[in-house]
Amino acid sequence: MKKLKADFPIFQSKKSQLQQSCGAFLKNDPGIFTPRNGLSKVAAELRGMDPFLRNHNSLKRLIYLDNGATTQKPQCVIDAMTHFYEHDNANVHRGIYLLSQKATMAYEKAHETVARFIGASMEEIIFNGGTTEGLNGLARSLGSNLNVGDEIVLTVMEHHSNLIPWQEIAREKGARLKFIPLTDDYRLDLTKAKELITAKTKIVSVTHMSNVLGTINPISELALLAHAVGAVLVVDAAQSVAHLPINVKELDCDYLVFSGHKMAGPTGIGVLYGKKKLLEKLPPFEYGGGMVKEVTFEKATWNDLPWKFEAGTPPIAEAIGLMAAIEYLEKISMENIATHGHELVQYGLQKMSAISGLILIGPSTVDERGPIFSFTLDGIHPHDVSELLDREGIAVRAGNHCARPLLSVLRGISGEQSTVRASFYIYNDNTDMDALVAAILKIKKRFA
Amino acid sequence: MMIDNDLMGEVTEEEEMYKENILDHYKHPHNKREIKDGAICFHDLNPLCGDELTLYLVVDRSQNIITDVAFTGHGCAISQAAISLLTDELKGKSLNEAGAIGKETMMSLLGIKISHTRMKCALLSLKVLEGGLAQCSM
Repeated sequence: MKKLKADFPIFQSKKSQLQQSCGAFLKNDPGIFTPRNGLSKVAAELRGMDPFLRNHNSLKRLIYLDNGATTQKPQCVIDAMTHFYEHDNANVHRGIYLLSQKATMAYEKAHETVARFIGASMEEIIFNGGTTEGLNGLARSLGSNLNVGDEIVLTVMEHHSNLIPWQEIAREKGARLKFIPLTDDYRLDLTKAKELITAKTKIVSVTHMSNVLGTINPISELALLAHAVGAVLVVDAAQSVAHLPINVKELDCDYLVFSGHKMAGPTGIGVLYGKKKLLEKLPPFEYGGGMVKEVTFEKATWNDLPWKFEAGTPPIAEAIGLMAAIEYLEKISMENIATHGHELVQYGLQKMSAISGLILIGPSTVDERGPIFSFTLDGIHPHDVSELLDREGIAVRAGNHCARPLLSVLRGISGEQSTVRASFYIYNDNTDMDALVAAILKIKKRFA
Repeated sequence: MMIDNDLMGEVTEEEEMYKENILDHYKHPHNKREIKDGAICFHDLNPLCGDELTLYLVVDRSQNIITDVAFTGHGCAISQAAISLLTDELKGKSLNEAGAIGKETMMSLLGIKISHTRMKCALLSLKVLEGGLAQCSM
């Protein structure tokens, strides 16, 4: 896979940016800069800056390894959104005039693009604000049909967004929450899953790829287990959509959610996929303009799919940004991206497992594992590790990654209740892993 | 270019957050133990990162003086060094003097600049102190 960093404006050399902005400043006011005095005005200004900003190595280089939190955007995505606002901006599905037709066609094309991207049809693709919004909506809507004693089965590795909405609806309806545990190698225990999914189970909701462990879960198998008892399967694809080709028919999930911003798209847009026959019966999540057909003072009827689930003005520019992101990724091809991720996992596991005192928190084998590396370092708190990695221009996340229950389970293994997480994406490569490893070794020496 | 050498180097001595004494307090904390009897204790944590502290205060009520201080907990170097330094500072102080300890005192105890994101780590010890003192006055 060719070097992609050049497509992403944020990776332009920081030093050269700083020099450029200083150069421009100096060009405009050459009198200020005198070679003789040690401090030009610019230098003085920079000295006055908070030393942590001024001396920051991320001014020199940015090795961005927090893609699990959000991804960087290629120029084409930024341009697509800017172009929309500059040339095609109008509301959708509301006007007759040409400009609104352009906007509407672009917006609907975005729906078609996402549908193609995950192997669905357009009426099955709902745009919203993000994964969390989709999961909350599903929990409320699916939950409205729950009775006392009904079961919701999740896993211990869920992100808070695929946990707390179910907690709340279970509490409200008197339903029971159950959790599929992990094996010793941080994978889902399918034997236990078979025991936990019973005739009382109405909803199974699982992550496709864990944002902490990198584990890829066997969705098709879980779909079989869920459907055998008449339950629906919800899949949180927030991480996986960036790393794997997704085909909802092959997965046979009933609902699937993900966000644009974790796959090179903008923030503020997410996708909810649902099987057409299920969405037709499901109550809407939100009510208002755009999702109705006939309206009197007393009541309303719902619009056709997918608009039934899109109340209010949708995130139009963001949808166009998402479309541009998908087109960019499809040019690279999701198969290539998956292979690239696979190679990163192979290399990463090999290099990181060689560091003494480093505990990798996630599967130790390459297959069904995404390029997400959570780890702890003996005797050095994750906060301090990530602080020092930042000094080296390496961006990672430290903490519990919105998965506190999972981390409390893992505490038994590593003793830590927080980890460092380095999550890779398409613009990262083995040299980034090398830099991470070198920095970790440097930090170890420092704390020795 | 002139800017390069002067400004793009390593963090200076003064600015170094991981100065020797911080690392020393982290690795060999002072007063780290439980006090089972006769102590007021207060516990708090930083949910973002998992820094956790419990502070124990033994107070001589006749004079309102802190006669013994200890802590337990776990977390990052900044949070643990801060509480270690604070417990040294608190010994023999009156409750009023302890109550006067604020952010500035914490910063000068640590002796280093704390970045914006790490401020919560540094001030967690202050939070448990304030909580403990509030209990003392009950």
